[in-house]
Amino acid sequence: MSDTAKTYKIGQHPDLPPPRTEVGVLGWFKHKLFSTPLNIALTLLAAWFLWSVIPPLFEWIVLDSVWTAESRKECWGKMEVPEGGACWAFIKDRLELFIYGFYPAPQRWRVNLSFVLLIMAIVPVLYDKMLARKFGLWYSVAFPFIAGWLLVGGFGLTPVETDQFGGIMLTLIIGVTGISFSLPIGVLLALGRRSKMPVLRIVCVMFIEFIRGVPLIALLFIASTMLNYFLPPGTVFDLLLRVLIMVTLFSSAYIAEVVRGGLQAIPNGQFEAADSLGLTYVKAHLLIILPQALKISIPGIVNTFIGLFKDTTLVLIIGMLDPLGIGRASLADAVWAGLAREVYLFIALFFFICCFSMSRYSLYLERKLHTGH
Amino acid sequence: MKNRLLEFVVAVSAVALLSVTTTAGAGTLEDVKKRGVLRCVVSTGVAGFAYPDKSGVWKGFDIDFCRATAAAVLGDSKKIKAVTSTGKTRFTKLNANEGDVLWRNTTITFSRDVGVKLRFHGVNYYDGQGFMVNKKLGVKSAKELNGASICIQTGTTTELNLADYFHANGMKYEAVPIETNDEARQNYVGGRCDVYTTDASGLAATRSTFSDPNNHIILPEIISKEPLGPATRHGDDQWSDIVTWVYYATVTAEEKGVTQANVDKMKSSKDPEILRLLGVEGAQGKELGLSKDWAYNIIKQIGNYGEIFERNIGVKTPIGLSRGLNDLWTRGGLQYAPPFR
Amino acid sequence: MAVISENGANTRNLITRLWSNRETRSVIIQIVTLTVIFATLAFIFRNVVINLDARGKEFNFDFLFHPAAYDITFSPFIEYSSRSTHLRAAVVGILNTLLVAACGIVLATLLGFIMGILRLSSNWIVNRTVYCFLEFTRNVPVLLHILFVHGLIVIQLPVPKKAVNLADSFFLTNRGFFIPKPVWESGSGLVAVVLLISIAFVVLFKRWAKKAQDSTGRVYPVLGISTGVIVGATALAFLAADMPLSWNIPELRGFNFSGGIAIKPEFIALWLALSYYTSSFIAEIVRGGILAISHGQTEAAHALGLRPNRTLQLIIIPQALRVIVPPLASQYLNLTKNSSLAIAIGYMDVVATVGGITLMQTGKEMETMIIVLLTYLVFSLIISGFMNLYNKKMALVER
Repeated sequence: MSDTAKTYKIGQHPDLPPPRTEVGVLGWFKHKLFSTPLNIALTLLAAWFLWSVIPPLFEWIVLDSVWTAESRKECWGKMEVPEGGACWAFIKDRLELFIYGFYPAPQRWRVNLSFVLLIMAIVPVLYDKMLARKFGLWYSVAFPFIAGWLLVGGFGLTPVETDQFGGIMLTLIIGVTGISFSLPIGVLLALGRRSKMPVLRIVCVMFIEFIRGVPLIALLFIASTMLNYFLPPGTVFDLLLRVLIMVTLFSSAYIAEVVRGGLQAIPNGQFEAADSLGLTYVKAHLLIILPQALKISIPGIVNTFIGLFKDTTLVLIIGMLDPLGIGRASLADAVWAGLAREVYLFIALFFFICCFSMSRYSLYLERKLHTGH
Repeated sequence: MKNRLLEFVVAVSAVALLSVTTTAGAGTLEDVKKRGVLRCVVSTGVAGFAYPDKSGVWKGFDIDFCRATAAAVLGDSKKIKAVTSTGKTRFTKLNANEGDVLWRNTTITFSRDVGVKLRFHGVNYYDGQGFMVNKKLGVKSAKELNGASICIQTGTTTELNLADYFHANGMKYEAVPIETNDEARQNYVGGRCDVYTTDASGLAATRSTFSDPNNHIILPEIISKEPLGPATRHGDDQWSDIVTWVYYATVTAEEKGVTQANVDKMKSSKDPEILRLLGVEGAQGKELGLSKDWAYNIIKQIGNYGEIFERNIGVKTPIGLSRGLNDLWTRGGLQYAPPFR
Repeated sequence: MAVISENGANTRNLITRLWSNRETRSVIIQIVTLTVIFATLAFIFRNVVINLDARGKEFNFDFLFHPAAYDITFSPFIEYSSRSTHLRAAVVGILNTLLVAACGIVLATLLGFIMGILRLSSNWIVNRTVYCFLEFTRNVPVLLHILFVHGLIVIQLPVPKKAVNLADSFFLTNRGFFIPKPVWESGSGLVAVVLLISIAFVVLFKRWAKKAQDSTGRVYPVLGISTGVIVGATALAFLAADMPLSWNIPELRGFNFSGGIAIKPEFIALWLALSYYTSSFIAEIVRGGILAISHGQTEAAHALGLRPNRTLQLIIIPQALRVIVPPLASQYLNLTKNSSLAIAIGYMDVVATVGGITLMQTGKEMETMIIVLLTYLVFSLIISGFMNLYNKKMALVER
């Protein structure tokens, strides 16, 4: 106030605070929401969109939902309008089925243990600052085999047939196996595609382009029905194993393309330097080229894995019961039938949580790698 | 040294392909007995016929027949494994020996029996394709459906029957093919279709899930014959006989008044056929390659045909089907078992 | 053993020698690879023959010429009835796949660019809304999106009797969007000819204008003149030919609308779901592409005196496109392949017709799957072909 009355020497006047409309809440509103006519229109449009979508959705999912009931009838009876809210009691009732599938109840500790081991296996991959990371990584590599033994059994554990697998557990099995085995195969394919040997190159290109050119459901269908024609008569081949092989091959073709991009980004000087050191092809790649190329391709690889994880829902087309399949099978129970929306929403949420965290991680890596250069 | 390495590699690949097994040439019966578990190819979920309950135990009309087979063969109805299959994969699963018997409401047709090389054994459920409409439409007969939109479940015989029926009656329609029952239900409830067509049992089951089931009627026309029955692979006659007679045993039991509750008392019945059925007299079990009390196990553990029906799809269940064609021949239905002698 | 040991040692030496030579080694590796692959193929082929024989099946495509006996309601391009052959059903399926893929690619690109640019907007609420939408879309399986949109259309839109009516000629219902169908009468040939001529003129004019700009630096209003010529000439021809066009307007008859063009809800649902799902990936690509162009480029353009929209048009977009296009191509491919989930909501694409009902009726797994696989392979080859062409064109511009 009194500042205005004071007199200053020229050039000595202290900075005035910016006008009130430019800073604080008002300024934020002005700059972030209402800066130009186009922006005002966009703001209003977005606000209208949010207003018309979120409150009814919130009401249906949370406010009017029913959490405890024994049947659909009871659920709908508890609402003001039948179907006016979500009936989460159904999901609650079937939660174990959604998680474990048909895994025998007394053996479920093995699934739980595998979940825990999985988390422990992921940590060394994610955090490079972990203590004794090298051992951790060896454990991560060994994890699929450990988990495989735990879940399938044998060697001291009660064997569980793979067609008892289902639900979220099945999704994780397919996802994790696809992820861990497709990476080495993908790297080999990428190297093959860049090889100077024409036969090898052509074979790899044909394989990659074939796999990338056809939909996964067609491949899964081949795995489930046509593989019997390709094998010697009388061979019975576990369905889950067939699906795992197909999924692995499928994602390895995509990984190959991502890794190829990484390899292309390595300057020629690196290859030449390795050659001039007298390193063999294998050593040069293991020590010089691949560590750099893989580092660049990590975000792409994570994105491929997200895609793979989402695609695991397609196994329901060949009669395997992933969460979506379990949901549909449960909907055939006359006590609950008709609650498809709840099932779909629940599964969407599950996938969103898994894939969103993976994509956040990939983003974090991207930033970290970006500053590393 | 080299040989060691080779051996090691072979051993590792053998472990890797642990689950690749070659089927023995022995009959299905021996395989099942050796395994101790009966593998039934079932659907991924059809209301009333096959669905998993809360703890993952399969239930339903088809499942009960699967359990009955297990009770006869293994003496324990719990020793079953449900091999889930979609409409597309069911026959390949059976043919590829991923299952021992198909109990998956499958319509018996010429091409399936002869072309797909399956053996069918009797009809455990007589179905037919019907139409369901909303009462508001005021439609009383399928003949009034010219120009309507019709939801069909694909992958079945349904779409062929529908095409034939409308073609034969010179009517037009809009086909809305749907893969699953939930989607079809949503389409019908939302008004995407005027009519929903599938097997009459499926219509009743779907109607039971509406919030207003009384506003929907099933039209009197049944446009097709859908005899649903179990199937096995070609070329194993002993196994085929077993599946056939498991089904007949349930029907005979109902006809003779043998129920889950009174089966023990019936062992001292005066009717020789009951005595033969329950293995008190005669050697039917041995001839089938089963134990003497195979049919007794079925009735004791699962019940007779009527009990299986009423428990899963009968009037008192949410599905609410009446016996109709599936009543015993003595009560005007079609369920008729050859005599046990 | 002892007798051949010397020989064995020699052979081993020879092998070691050959192996240590890089060229012979590569030849050996290639020969081995080829042998393994051909052996595997031969093995598979042998098994297929044995297995087919054991099941009494034959490998042939005769079934394609038998009547299909099922109905496909959505066949916008060719006539089809349940009396048609399986071959025709297959063609309908392939065309339907093509249609939804083509429409999906167009809309996904459009949405993707809009959302990608909106993500760069300084408007907080818009930016955040788009961000949430993109993240939710990207991280949920596409099958759920398809089911969701379809459910929304079926449940939220009115039944035909309560159709949303626009000017008594457009009707929006949960059984589809019905629009008038143009019926061309005699004389419309003239209009078409005039339209073609004016398009040819515009192409030539554009070339000339570019040349003129290159040599004189004068910029001609190409867009304005082009639109003027095409619209004006065609309109004149239309009037001169005494308006040879009438409309077949849909109307409610019995259960459904008849007449006009019906765009089925299954198509709309699949189209919208695939488009916005794919667009959520495209948006990220576009955003990344624009961000990849350094700010210096914009400043340089401004320093040259280019107005902002010319900067975007001449400097930013051409450079960003070079980053955007290659990943865009694989998104187009994904969209095409994801369209194979159509059967979930009853859109009759190639998987639903040949790979679905035909397979079920005939039991020809091998033959039908070959048709399906070939269809998708051809589509993907076409898309990659176009992309390679584009990349070559771009590479020429690069210095």
